[in-house]
Amino acid sequence: MKRFMEKAVRWLLTASGFVTSLVILLIIGFLFTEGAGLFREKVIEEGYVLALHKDNPVRKMDAAQIKAVFDEDVTNWKELGGPDLPITAFRLEDMDKYFTEEELGEQYENAPEMIAALIGEHPGMVAFVPESMIPEGAQLSFIDDNNISVKEVLAGSEWFPTATPAPLFGMWPLLAGTLWVSFFAILFALPFGISIAVYMSEVASERVRNFLKPVIELLNGIPSVVYGFFGLIVIVPMLQQVFGLPVGESGLAGSIVLAIMALPTIVTVAEDAMRNCPRALREASLALGASRWQTVAKVVIPSSMSGIASGVVLGIGRAVGETMAVLMVTGNAAVIPHSILEPLRTIPATIAAELGEAPAGGAHYQSLFLLGVILFFITFFINLCVEYISHHNKAKNS
Amino acid sequence: MEKIEAKDVNFYYGDFHALKGISMEIPQNQVVAFIGPSGCGKSTFLRLFNRMNDLIPGTRLEGQILIDGQDIYGQDVHVDELRKNVGMVFQRPNPFPKSIFDNVAYGLRVNGIKDKKYIRERVEESLRGAALWDEVKDKLNDSAFALSGGQQQRLCIARAMAVSPSVLLMDEPASALDPISTAKVEELISELRSQVTIVIVTHNMQQAARVSDRTAFFYMGEMVEYDDTRTIFTNPHKEATQNYITGRFG
Repeated sequence: MKRFMEKAVRWLLTASGFVTSLVILLIIGFLFTEGAGLFREKVIEEGYVLALHKDNPVRKMDAAQIKAVFDEDVTNWKELGGPDLPITAFRLEDMDKYFTEEELGEQYENAPEMIAALIGEHPGMVAFVPESMIPEGAQLSFIDDNNISVKEVLAGSEWFPTATPAPLFGMWPLLAGTLWVSFFAILFALPFGISIAVYMSEVASERVRNFLKPVIELLNGIPSVVYGFFGLIVIVPMLQQVFGLPVGESGLAGSIVLAIMALPTIVTVAEDAMRNCPRALREASLALGASRWQTVAKVVIPSSMSGIASGVVLGIGRAVGETMAVLMVTGNAAVIPHSILEPLRTIPATIAAELGEAPAGGAHYQSLFLLGVILFFITFFINLCVEYISHHNKAKNS
Repeated sequence: MEKIEAKDVNFYYGDFHALKGISMEIPQNQVVAFIGPSGCGKSTFLRLFNRMNDLIPGTRLEGQILIDGQDIYGQDVHVDELRKNVGMVFQRPNPFPKSIFDNVAYGLRVNGIKDKKYIRERVEESLRGAALWDEVKDKLNDSAFALSGGQQQRLCIARAMAVSPSVLLMDEPASALDPISTAKVEELISELRSQVTIVIVTHNMQQAARVSDRTAFFYMGEMVEYDDTRTIFTNPHKEATQNYITGRFG
């Protein structure tokens, strides 16, 4: 009976470990396949074409150019390498500007011919129309529709995932926003975190520490949406007043909220590391005539550097992946931030805000998964750093 | 000339009366050994001389300890200055996680010495003094952890001697070492006696007999007997001492 139990427990543990690992791998695999799907999507929305006058030599336009044309930021074919000809952008919605309802017919049955004729009349026209509305054998040219390119996505500086005719998936502003907010969050959290840790491990009396430590650890348990709410109610208006901003929602507000959220991690881990600094080392330092602060600065902190660094990196990890609080206070403008006082948008906030509106399986949806993959790589890299630092130090001190 | 003088010292850890009415004189440039069973208070007494017990909360001292005639627990004493003058070597080698050079230079640097040339000279001198120079002169920038246990302990002695203390306290300095390393440390003690007054706590009675000029026997927080080492080991006056050194208890 006992032997059977042993076997059963062992089998159960093996099975659960195996299943869990498998599920995790499947999730990651799912993330990657969905994310990679973006690069199989066409630049122009599915089922649509960009039709040109047959004499127009332009064939290549990337997503950003298409958007510029339809936003009327680019108004001459010259700028796209074509003839000196003003551009007229035509969308389906513009139909009633050119035709009457009678001309189009009751069921729009005349629309394809009318559109083809219209394009034929306007040498500078580019028309964004469904493929089905192009009559067979029409004398028209079309913009080549390529797959979305990796470069456009990773280095692109514009994030307009719902733009028509061609959505823009430039992820650089989101990546920059994430790194920007995280960087400032750590910049704020680090000095405070380290000084609180030093205070708790070196200065505070046992009673103060026994009170302070649980309180700080308690901060870890506050839901992030509460932090976000606090940020929105307190920090955002405060920043608006102090810096005289048009809107208080800014990268700085996000950084401050994140710094508050990362503090407990940094403090707890760093304090533990410092408390674990061997007493023998402190005594050795003091016995040589070093003062208490010299001992802290020259022996305790250096010897607990790996613990402090782990705390910091874990704090960064939290800052990078944090969603809700940041979503609430950063203003969510997907532009490359030039100053921390501008609104910006992070990767997690983007995913959270947009996934609900993105049609499943579409390019937008896949681009959000790709953002998830990027986030995964960032946190993976951070975890590698923690691993390396703590391992490195273990080797050094043994 | 008495280097260290303890006058009716009582010491308490909270309610525990750890040292009971100890008075003794330690002459200049002698080696004095404290022996006694575990928990007898000999280490506690030793750690009073550089105020190391100050670090333990809830302790209390009565009586006086004078070094060079000055009460080291007096109001105007800077504890950093005191500890610079009264060096200490611990039971387990405790080098800093720094290079060999930085370990020895540490005491000089924290005491405000910036002259690099002087620091280099002093490091070499101290390492020579600890009979370690020849073994480490080519790897001064290596981590101190790369040394063997015995070498680490001699490094700690060099580190303590670098700030030129006039008293060196040694708390069972060889108890974690192998016999050969122990012999080297003992040899070092006899060489250092010309420069410093040494107080050594040891569990090893042969060691006390070999290295010390005078020996104090502690038992249950009291100093039972304090005399010339030869007298203690050949003709002790108290029965407890006799029993301890002949191995009947402890």
